[in-house]
Amino acid sequence: MHSPELLLTMYRKMVLSRRFEEKAGQAYGQKKIQGFCHLYIGQEAVVVGINEALRPDDMVMTGYRDHVHPLVRGSDAGMLMAELFGKDTGYSKGKGGSMHFFDIEHHFYGGYGIVGGQIPLAAGMAFASKYRNEDRITVCSFGDAAANQGAFHETFNMASKWKLPVLYVVENNKYGMGTEISRVSAEPDIHKRAAAYKMRGVSVDGMDVLKVYDTVKELAASIRAGEGPVLLEAFTYRFRGHSMSDAATYRSKEEVEQERQRDPIIKLRELMLKKKVATEAQLDAIDEAEKVVVDEAIAFADQSPEPPLEDVYTHGLVADGEPDERPRARVRGATDVKWPSYPTDFKVTWDLEPRDEPSPAAKLKKGAA
Amino acid sequence: MAEIAYRDALNQALSEEMARDPRVFLMGEEVARYNGAYKVSQGLLDKYGSARVVDAPISELGFAGLGVGAAMVGLRPVIEMMTWNFAILAMDQIVNNAAKVRHMSGGQLRCPIVFRGPGGAGGRLSSQHSQALEANYAHFPGLKVIAPGTPADAKGLLKSAIRDENPVVFIEGELLYGARGEVPDGEYTIPIGKADLKRLGSDVTLITWSRMLTAQVLPAAELLAQQGINAEVLDLRTLKPFDTEAVAASVRKTNRVVIVEEGWPFASIGSELADFIQRECFDDLDAPVRRVTGLEVNMAYAANLERAIQPSTERIIEAVNAVLYR
Repeated sequence: MHSPELLLTMYRKMVLSRRFEEKAGQAYGQKKIQGFCHLYIGQEAVVVGINEALRPDDMVMTGYRDHVHPLVRGSDAGMLMAELFGKDTGYSKGKGGSMHFFDIEHHFYGGYGIVGGQIPLAAGMAFASKYRNEDRITVCSFGDAAANQGAFHETFNMASKWKLPVLYVVENNKYGMGTEISRVSAEPDIHKRAAAYKMRGVSVDGMDVLKVYDTVKELAASIRAGEGPVLLEAFTYRFRGHSMSDAATYRSKEEVEQERQRDPIIKLRELMLKKKVATEAQLDAIDEAEKVVVDEAIAFADQSPEPPLEDVYTHGLVADGEPDERPRARVRGATDVKWPSYPTDFKVTWDLEPRDEPSPAAKLKKGAA
Repeated sequence: MAEIAYRDALNQALSEEMARDPRVFLMGEEVARYNGAYKVSQGLLDKYGSARVVDAPISELGFAGLGVGAAMVGLRPVIEMMTWNFAILAMDQIVNNAAKVRHMSGGQLRCPIVFRGPGGAGGRLSSQHSQALEANYAHFPGLKVIAPGTPADAKGLLKSAIRDENPVVFIEGELLYGARGEVPDGEYTIPIGKADLKRLGSDVTLITWSRMLTAQVLPAAELLAQQGINAEVLDLRTLKPFDTEAVAASVRKTNRVVIVEEGWPFASIGSELADFIQRECFDDLDAPVRRVTGLEVNMAYAANLERAIQPSTERIIEAVNAVLYR
């Protein structure tokens, strides 16, 4: 049921993600990348499984562990790496860095640095889709610890009540920084909390890319059909610390070793070999090709200039008539950049509440009379 | 020109902009079926329907952030805060997302959104409900801050705020909603960033905004006139960016300045203005700039204490006398 092309694409994207993050980690050691830097190593199956199950124009966003989400959507690896290096050729011209990747061309609406802060934004993007009668859905990832923020509760209540077309994905890697989620959560199985909002809550093995893909395929169709938002919990694991400055001493070596046995890339590779979708040589060739992509990305970032100092005040407030930046056109001279267009003239046909239904209080009065 | 209430002027602005642009929607607590806690949104649900006039749950952070997300993908949300005191709960979304998303994205996104609602003392509401918080929002790059003091300004500036491409914090005067004033007939807007001389004078410049304009500053100017002192009253209307030219022009004319603000004195709009004036108009000043502000305490409930905490005509006249060395 999974085509060889799909498996090959997933394998390639997971390998690309892994190599990108490993190289980013190395560059951090060389102080080419500084500040906070949160690697995605170990969690690749989540983001790749989701991405392949979506439409290219569906909107995606996440928290600050955000390097890989745009990468698998098709963002330019060199420009992403350049952003990490704080260079002018980065997607945000060096203004965002590791925690604030944005690639609107590929409908990646950002990495956000305040835990859970992106959760309400996704509801707003989904609200806009419904408001304009579009069938795009929004997919918003966050970590397990974000589920204990007020934004989670406030947004889920609204998203469910208004049946907004949004898929929330809690990437449960078991730790909020150094604190095991079960130590600080009355209900550590986060998808179970969806029931409190009359929302569908689903869980999936986040180390199995095909299971993630199949689950999201079904959920995305249901959300697109107007059946309301869903909370998907993907159980996963980060093989590295919370950020580059975290040695992760709060986890035992045995635990990490055990989790590494579930490495999603190795798992998919073994499956593909077993099913004879590809040969060792073919998969090795993919590994080699993605290594080259990332080496080129590093070289590009290395050779790129820092942003000019006169850019210090740009992108504060939008001036009259000022257009939006299209990074790939600016940096690569790309002429095929498709930018989302938002209609200005349309009719709002959605009724959030039935127009003619009297309020419960009015019904009561009528009954009393 | 018709004379209408401040709340009705705001209502006209909302209704006209919603009729003009389908991207504009209003969301907040009690805005739809209740017609607004302060009746600013009276009748809008009937006119525009429940997807465009949305009763939100009491989740300020949640619906503020929902508005920001909608603005990022091409809508023009107007998010009503029942009062700005409650918007403190939404500060993360206003400050960390709305104000920063264009910058963080390197100019790929914009966030045309209006956060609006009443600020300042409401009348015997004690400390949690009586705060003039404009200086908080003015502190952050990436936000515009507007605080109109008259119905005409409220209407013209709200229309401009809704059409602006940036996040705008629009602070209405809680005690101004019933205040009446002449509003021009037909379509008009007032540019953001332009102050307005509400009274011409030659002896001293009184700089103010929002409710202090009509509640204390214009009455103080009339009392001063009886004493032969001709005060000029400059209504900033927009606090960020404030009208530097208008401020400097008035100071150059009168050479003496008193700034009147409802909020607290520390790190305030007034302290920013005083810094600007001493830098740009040092040679024009005949006296140090004086400020009349809310006292450095939390608001009390008792009527006499509440009065004492807020700027008064007496304190304004005292400050004017000081800059005139009378």
